[in-house]
Order: sequence, then structure tokens, then C-alpha cells
Amino acid sequence: MSRWVLSGLRAGIRSTRYPAQPDEAPGVSAGFPSGRGLAQGDSGEVVQRCPTGALHRDGGRIAVDPRRCIHCFRCARARDAVAWESGYEWATFSGGGPLTNAFRRSVHVRVVDAGDCGACLHEVKQIANPYYNAHRLGFFFTPTPRQADVLLVVGAGTDQMRTALEKAYAAMPTPRRVIAVGACALSGGIFGPSFACSDGVGSIVPVDIEVPGHPPPPLAILHALLLVTGRASPAEWNASGDELGAERGR
Amino acid sequence: MRAAAIVPPMPDDWCIRRSVHRDFQGLRCEMEARPEAFKALCRWTAETLGYAFAGLVVEQHREEWLLRYLFHATAARALALEARGSRPSATEDGANGASACGWIHVLLRQPLAQVNFPSLSDSIHAADWHEREAEDLFGLIFEGHPSLGDFVLHDDAWQEGLAPMRKEFDGRKPPALRSPNPDWRPERIVHAPGVFAMPIGPIYSGTAESVHFMLETVGEDVIRAVPRLFYKYRAVEKIAEGRRAEDVLLLAERFNGIAAFAHGLAFVQALEAISAMEVPARALALRVLLAELERLRHHTGAIQEICESTALVVAASQAAMLEEELLRLSCELTGHRYLYGLLACGGLSRDLQDAAIRSAVVRARGILERLESLEEKLVRTSSFLDRLEEVGIVTEAEALAFGVVGPIARACGVARDLRIVQPYCSYADYPFEVPLEIEGDGYARLRVLFAEARQSMALIEQAFARLAQGPVRAAHVNVAAGAALGWTEAPLGAALHWLRIDARGAVVRYRVIPPSFANWHVFHRAAEAFAFQDFPIILASFGLSVAENDR
Repeated sequence: MSRWVLSGLRAGIRSTRYPAQPDEAPGVSAGFPSGRGLAQGDSGEVVQRCPTGALHRDGGRIAVDPRRCIHCFRCARARDAVAWESGYEWATFSGGGPLTNAFRRSVHVRVVDAGDCGACLHEVKQIANPYYNAHRLGFFFTPTPRQADVLLVVGAGTDQMRTALEKAYAAMPTPRRVIAVGACALSGGIFGPSFACSDGVGSIVPVDIEVPGHPPPPLAILHALLLVTGRASPAEWNASGDELGAERGR
Repeated sequence: MRAAAIVPPMPDDWCIRRSVHRDFQGLRCEMEARPEAFKALCRWTAETLGYAFAGLVVEQHREEWLLRYLFHATAARALALEARGSRPSATEDGANGASACGWIHVLLRQPLAQVNFPSLSDSIHAADWHEREAEDLFGLIFEGHPSLGDFVLHDDAWQEGLAPMRKEFDGRKPPALRSPNPDWRPERIVHAPGVFAMPIGPIYSGTAESVHFMLETVGEDVIRAVPRLFYKYRAVEKIAEGRRAEDVLLLAERFNGIAAFAHGLAFVQALEAISAMEVPARALALRVLLAELERLRHHTGAIQEICESTALVVAASQAAMLEEELLRLSCELTGHRYLYGLLACGGLSRDLQDAAIRSAVVRARGILERLESLEEKLVRTSSFLDRLEEVGIVTEAEALAFGVVGPIARACGVARDLRIVQPYCSYADYPFEVPLEIEGDGYARLRVLFAEARQSMALIEQAFARLAQGPVRAAHVNVAAGAALGWTEAPLGAALHWLRIDARGAVVRYRVIPPSFANWHVFHRAAEAFAFQDFPIILASFGLSVAENDR
């Protein structure tokens, strides 16, 4: 057993300094298309190439709805490519704001897989690995919704998970918040709506915080949890993105 | 050396039609069975020829049902043929060419009105779940099957007889009629004094995928452990229909994110086979490199899960660090941590810089060395091995009967690997071994994972060493109507994608046969007869994906 203790100590501390300092290690995030301006004679053909309608023309520029982007990279690898930006602080409020000050230091999180492909869930799992070490920030996974302050939902919301998800939400004590993680949970992605799948988990439970990405990297999920506890500020997506959000809210 | 045993001929009147096709995918034999001789023909293929049942593809054509039973040659057989120096020509064996083929498709046609089919699962047990799925999704009835209904479509969410995969069902919107059975309860199988039923899931544990288990126990021992799957059924096969093939590639990549590249690759290979498209050599080598990088990352993650299930925290943390480093490496090299968006019909959507690949290969080698030092420590930790040795055993006979694939099969003496049996990309050019263990317990599965990670690294290095210069995408992408099978050895085993497209390039039928579907089928055999506390460890040592199974 002492072998393991020594080997653990020898590994040293690997945890990111985020949120005290931004994490700039290469490969922590796949980034996002950031749109671009339309020059004279540019037909904006790249918009048609987007399979989920995440790109749209907004006056003189091409804008991105991050909720719908599934990282197919068609717009990035086309001849008239859009710009691509790195970063990971992507979470925004879409319903209730942060939890009260009592939760500022720590929350318990129940993760529900509502039809995820495994990638978002895998990235959620990664926040507990030594590189991200969510425990140091007071974030803990809990096996039961009855002890959970935050319901973190991944996946597009399949029909056969609907009842389980509703029950998990109903079992939570208040105040509570729901975080929807990933493009599928936010918009159905390429799976919903269909007879077997909804157009995002927002049609099953009320979503308070949205984390776009396909999948969002672990740092984006940490950002969402910091947002819930009132320790970070929401992402500022381009104006048209907010506009769409307002439309959806109605 | 004497020629391999001559295959006894089969009766001429079993088949209506028999043909051997040769293309760049190899040889394929299609045998259309007479309905009355269908079971005999399948048994002959499986038992006399020694082919492995790989899956069932149901297609609804305008006037008839076409059921396609897929069989592939097994590793032992391919190796025996190799040892002979040459494979038999199409005419020299008694099986009229069938035994020279990598794949045998046994076809069964019936008019649309006739939905009753003979059940194959009493002779080939691996067909069991395929028949249950076809019953739920197409409304076919397999006569003699003991347990149909409540499989893909849960009875507590849908009525029986919905048959959503039929062409006349509109999958884009919720059906008008919806009358689930509110009294549905999981079936209790064990009836004895002191039996205790322990339902687990679909929401359980920390970050587990959604699946339900009904564990029936007497004291400590689990008597029955039947999984209830398909909570995550997204109807990938249905929603693919009518979409353009290049958009269905997005579905193929994204229905199971942790093996995205392997499934995407199987899909594009089917598409390329339909339109007889030649993929440039550089793209083929890069596909091998990336598929093996994915396998290395996947197996590191699977090892991490096993360490975590035994509560060996330091080992779990160290494996998790290696996994994260591989994810970052993938992202730096390709732009995405899970290799999304790289595959394209006819090659890859982007080229990778040689310098970037070289640096990634060197770093991956370093990560593998640390994985090996973790292995060295693990095999000397008796408290860890005690939880794995002789726990969760799958016997060779069970693996063969259930058609188990991938690392789980290779941990119980079944040396099946499509990279060897049915090589694709440029796997035939690279020498590598298929790791094999015989015990079939959790420890054997762990050793197979470590050995395969080493093989993957060796393949990455070979693919890089022989990387040719040139384009990564075929110059012309031509679209033709047709159907073909694409296959890969995904991290969890054989992944088969059957694709039929029309002349406009829209998908008519898309069928995915993922490895987890075959392996979940046998899971209960491993979990039963072991103590309740072993259950999470057996689950982790199987390392199955629910998303991949549920589709």
C-alpha cells in the first residue's frame, strides 16, 4: 500500500488554477465558431452548410447560435470559413439566477443522463479528475436527487427517460437549479425533435443555466457550477444569440 | 501442408439464389434461403462452416420484407487459410465458394403482408436480441421466440405494436396514439423464500449512463441480474432515413461519443463501398492512426473505471490524468477532444501536419509508458486483484453462444478481431497481434485492455512511419444508389453499419449493429452467481456503453 501513497505524492499537484487564473493549456477546449463579417459580394453560403441551423445571417455578418452548434467543423473547413475562437467560459443564465449566498461555497450535484451520447457525460465525469479537481471548489456529485442542489442534465431528453427525469427533479429540495449541458440538451442537437426524443431537456424540466458545446469541455462545466454558486459571470454571446434566447424564453 | 478440410456440400435445394461478389472490401457470398430451409442453412453456415453470426438487418421494401443475416469468417479460420498459403478459389470447395468469403449474407424474403418469421434464436442464441428488436421496431413476429415485447420500446412508455421503423410511420413528430401500460412492473424471475429484489437505475451512482438492473438476490448472491436497456433510445436508424448520407455521418459519429471515430469510419466505409470510391493512401494511414488513438484513450478510460470501482483511488486518479492527457492530445492534433468532424466520404475533412503528428506520437508513447508503470503497480496489489480474479466470468462457450465481441471475447479465448479477420483501411499492411486471455474473468479483461493499449500504440507508430504524402480526400465524390456493409473493430468490438442509399444520396435504410448490443446480451451471465458487492466491479470490467447499445 505504501507504494501507492508514494506514487500519489510523487505525481504532485496537477490541478488547474482556474478560476483564479485562466487555464491556457492546449487541448482543454475545442473552441467555438465565432462568425464573421460579410464582405462585399460574400453570399454567406457557409450558412447553408450548417446542418443544425447554428449559423444565420444577421445584417452584415454571420452570427452563431452556440446552442445548436454540434462541432461538425463544416463551417471551419469550408473555403469561406468562419472564424474560430478558443475559450471555455460559455455558460449563461436562461431561467433562475444563482442560488442564494448559503450555497456560495459548495453545492451537491445530481447528474442525469437523459439520452446522452456519452461524450458530455464523460466530460462531466472529468471534472472530478485531478486536472480539474472540482472538489477543491466545493462541487460534489451525489447519488440521490434528495440531497442535490443542482440537477445537471446531459442528453437530448429521450422519451423513455422523461419520467425518470421528472421524478428526479420533483425529488429535489428547494432552492434548486437545473443546468443543461451540451447542444443536445439545449436544442435536441441532431437527434430531436422526433417521436423518441424531445428538442432539448427544457421541454421536460425548467432549465436555469445553459452550457453550450458538443461536448462542453470540463472547464465549461466548472464555469456553469461557478455561475450557480454566484462566483462567476455569465458568458457574453453575440447580440443575436441573446435575442434568440429571449425569443425562446417566451 | 494438406488443404483445409473440404467442407461438406450443402443440399442444392436450400437456396433460391447464390452469388459471390468480389470488390475492394473482399469476397462476399449472398445466399437467398428457401423459407423452409432457412434455419438449416443458417445452422450449416454457423456450425459446419464455422462462421460467426454478427447481426440481423431488416429491410422493408415496396412489396416484401428482406431479412439479412450477417455471418463473418472467424479469426482461427482466416489464420488457417493464411497458413495454407492461399485462400481457396471461389469454385474449389464444396460450399460453392461460400467458405472462401469473408462475409456470408443469408437472405430471407417474404411478402409484406406476411409478418411471421421462423425464430433462429433457438439454434443461434446470438440472434435472440436481434429478433426482439425487430419485433419491437418492425412488428415482425418470430415464431417460437420465448420472450418478445418490452425491449426497445418500453411498455410503460409506449403501447405494443407501434412498429416505428416501418416506412409508413412518421418519425419526425410524436405519434397521435399513445397508450402505455401504467401497471407495467419489472418481471420477477426468482420465486423463493428470502428473495430480495434490488432495482438499480435508470438514475444511479455518480455519473453513470442510464440503464436499469433488476438484481434478484438471496442473501449475498445475485441470482438474476437482467439489464433493462434503451432508456436512451434516440431512434438513430429511423431519423437517418430520408436525410442525406453526409448528414447521417454526423449521426454515426455522434450517437456514441466515446467511440465516435470508429463508428464514423464504419459508416463512411459503407458509403465508399456503395460508390466504389478510392480513398488516398495518406487518408487510410491517418484513419488507422486516429482509430488507434481513440482505442488507446478508450482503454485508458476503461482501466480508470475498473480502478475506481475497486476504490483504489490513487490508481484511478493516475489513470484519469492519463486519459485527460490523451483527450488534450487528440484536441491539439485534430481540433476536437473526441475526434468529431474529421471523417468525410472519400477520406478526411482536413489534413494533419506531419510535425504535429510526430509530436503527438512521441507524447502518446510517453503516456503509454506511464500506463505500463501503472499496470506494473496494479498487478502487484493483491487487494485490487482479489476483487477481479475469478469474478464476473464469461466462459468461452458462453461467448460463442452469445456472439460476444471485442476485448470481452478476447478475454475468454475467442480471438475475434475484424482488423485481422476482415482487414479494412491499411490494417493488412501492419503486423500486430490480437491479445488473448482464456480465463474470462475481470482480471483477464483488464490484461486484455492493457495489451490492446500497447498494440494500439505500436499501430500508431507503424502508421506514422509509413505515412505517405499526398491528398487526404478523393478528388471526386460520386454518388450512386446501392447498399453496402461497413465495419470496424471499435474499441468495444465489432461495429457494423449497413447502409442503403438512393440515387440522390438520401438514406433509405441505415442499420447499426454496435458491439455493446452483443455484449450487454451476455452481461447477466457474468453478474449472476457472484456476490452483490462484486456487481459494480463486474460492470466496470465489462466497460460497456449504453449510448452505443441504445442508439
